[in-house]
Amino acid sequence: MPTITFIHPDGRAEPVEAESGDSAMRAAIVHGIDGIVAECGGSLVCATCHVYVEDTSIGRVGPVGDDEDELLDGAAAERQAGSRLSCQIKITPELDGLVLRLPERQV
Amino acid sequence: MVATGLAGNSGAVAREATGGLLSGIPGLDVDPFAIEYFDDPFPVQEALREAGPVVHLGKWNVYGVARYAQVYAVLNDPATFCSSRGVGLSDFAKEKPWRPPSLILEADAPAHTRTRAVLSKVLSPAVMKQIRDRFAAAAEAKVDELLEKGSFDAVTDLAEAYPLSVFPDAVGLKQEGREHLIPYAGLVFNAFGPPNELRQTAIERSAPHQAYVQEQCQRENLAPGGFGACIHARVDTGDITATEAPLLVRSLLSAGLDTTVYGIGAAIYCLARFPDEWARLRRDPALARNAFEEAVRFESPVQTFFRTTTRDVEIGGCKVGEGEKILMFLGAANRDPRRWTDPDRYDITRKTSGHVGFGAGIHMCVGQLVARLEGEVMLAALARKVAAIEITGPVKRRYNNTLRGLDSLPITLTPA
Repeated sequence: MPTITFIHPDGRAEPVEAESGDSAMRAAIVHGIDGIVAECGGSLVCATCHVYVEDTSIGRVGPVGDDEDELLDGAAAERQAGSRLSCQIKITPELDGLVLRLPERQV
Repeated sequence: MVATGLAGNSGAVAREATGGLLSGIPGLDVDPFAIEYFDDPFPVQEALREAGPVVHLGKWNVYGVARYAQVYAVLNDPATFCSSRGVGLSDFAKEKPWRPPSLILEADAPAHTRTRAVLSKVLSPAVMKQIRDRFAAAAEAKVDELLEKGSFDAVTDLAEAYPLSVFPDAVGLKQEGREHLIPYAGLVFNAFGPPNELRQTAIERSAPHQAYVQEQCQRENLAPGGFGACIHARVDTGDITATEAPLLVRSLLSAGLDTTVYGIGAAIYCLARFPDEWARLRRDPALARNAFEEAVRFESPVQTFFRTTTRDVEIGGCKVGEGEKILMFLGAANRDPRRWTDPDRYDITRKTSGHVGFGAGIHMCVGQLVARLEGEVMLAALARKVAAIEITGPVKRRYNNTLRGLDSLPITLTPA
């Protein structure tokens, strides 16, 4: 299983084993990662599964969708170049080792 | 799948692990639209879950799903389980709808995709940031007013009064005639049910409420800057037509008020019944948003919706034919022990993500952010200003074919 590492705002790293085909949001929820709220459960409504993808990995996670792009504008924490909704990052074996930083707040 | 009990995310209908049983759908002689059921739905919901992944309800000749996995799967497969034949018992392929169908709720892709995009933009997270301070200030003022009173009915004076003080203004409605809003929404949600007395009576009395709503949905009756005007502005950008805009405003008036009344009512009722959880909320008012969310899971203000099968399909290994109505028990799914630890406990720190109180998938409640905003700011204001909530009189249930909530909840607040 690909390993995805979530980095909390205080620097704490939590690696999780993610199921290929699941979303990164789902991997976080399944493993109880605080900091991913995912109020809408992946239905592209809420922008509460916001993550920052490291610059070096932005090319690996695919492009930001139109709906996702608009939702990110309303995210509670600052939008940055690497901002993504983790429900839209589909886990593949190639994403093994992906690092996702968590924002200060989701709501 | 990881072994956490979470349902699959694939969109396919979940199959039972073994056997591939293709017949033998259990029949249950229960009526989930009867007053006795509304008074205490939980034993029947458990029976529905335990009977099998899909059941048949002879009373209304429909199939039902009450386990989380199947409810989630049906919600997430809109091509197989369509909405355009109505999300109530009535099959629009066979019966004339009681009102012109909703362009978003009672529609399938691709028509739904376009209208959904409009409402998603009008009710987006970015818009919530703009209205947040106004909604929070109104909640603070409402709690101050209620503390002055001390004792009052939490349904009319709080659960109804607070959304009525913010939502109609946010839509941009005129002052006069707003008394039609709650009866209209009650009518809409009763009409999803079977042709029982609740539905028939509501429709018989519907004419003045329908006339009011139809009139208020017109562009000239909606104040600039409100949600309603924002919908009509999408006519100018070519996203929708001038005849579609009023019907999309109607969706806000159908589904945007009563649901939040029931949601806030559910949260107050939970916090009044479970003083330990109230104490936790008082210690940390930042839990307000999740306390509201957990109340939506726990009480499931929207209890049920239907879908119609577009083809022969297997649900949990059982064959269901084309053109069948499937009743989704959202409330039962939200308390399915296969999915939730200690499901009958109201726990304001529970990880609630994945509950189906707002539905799931492409039809998931488009106004859920407004509901959460109202719930959060109201519970946060209460947590900061109130020491104790005590139920001081008989609790009365309000009966509706789709909505679960109270008619009367007499309470006394003690100031902090």
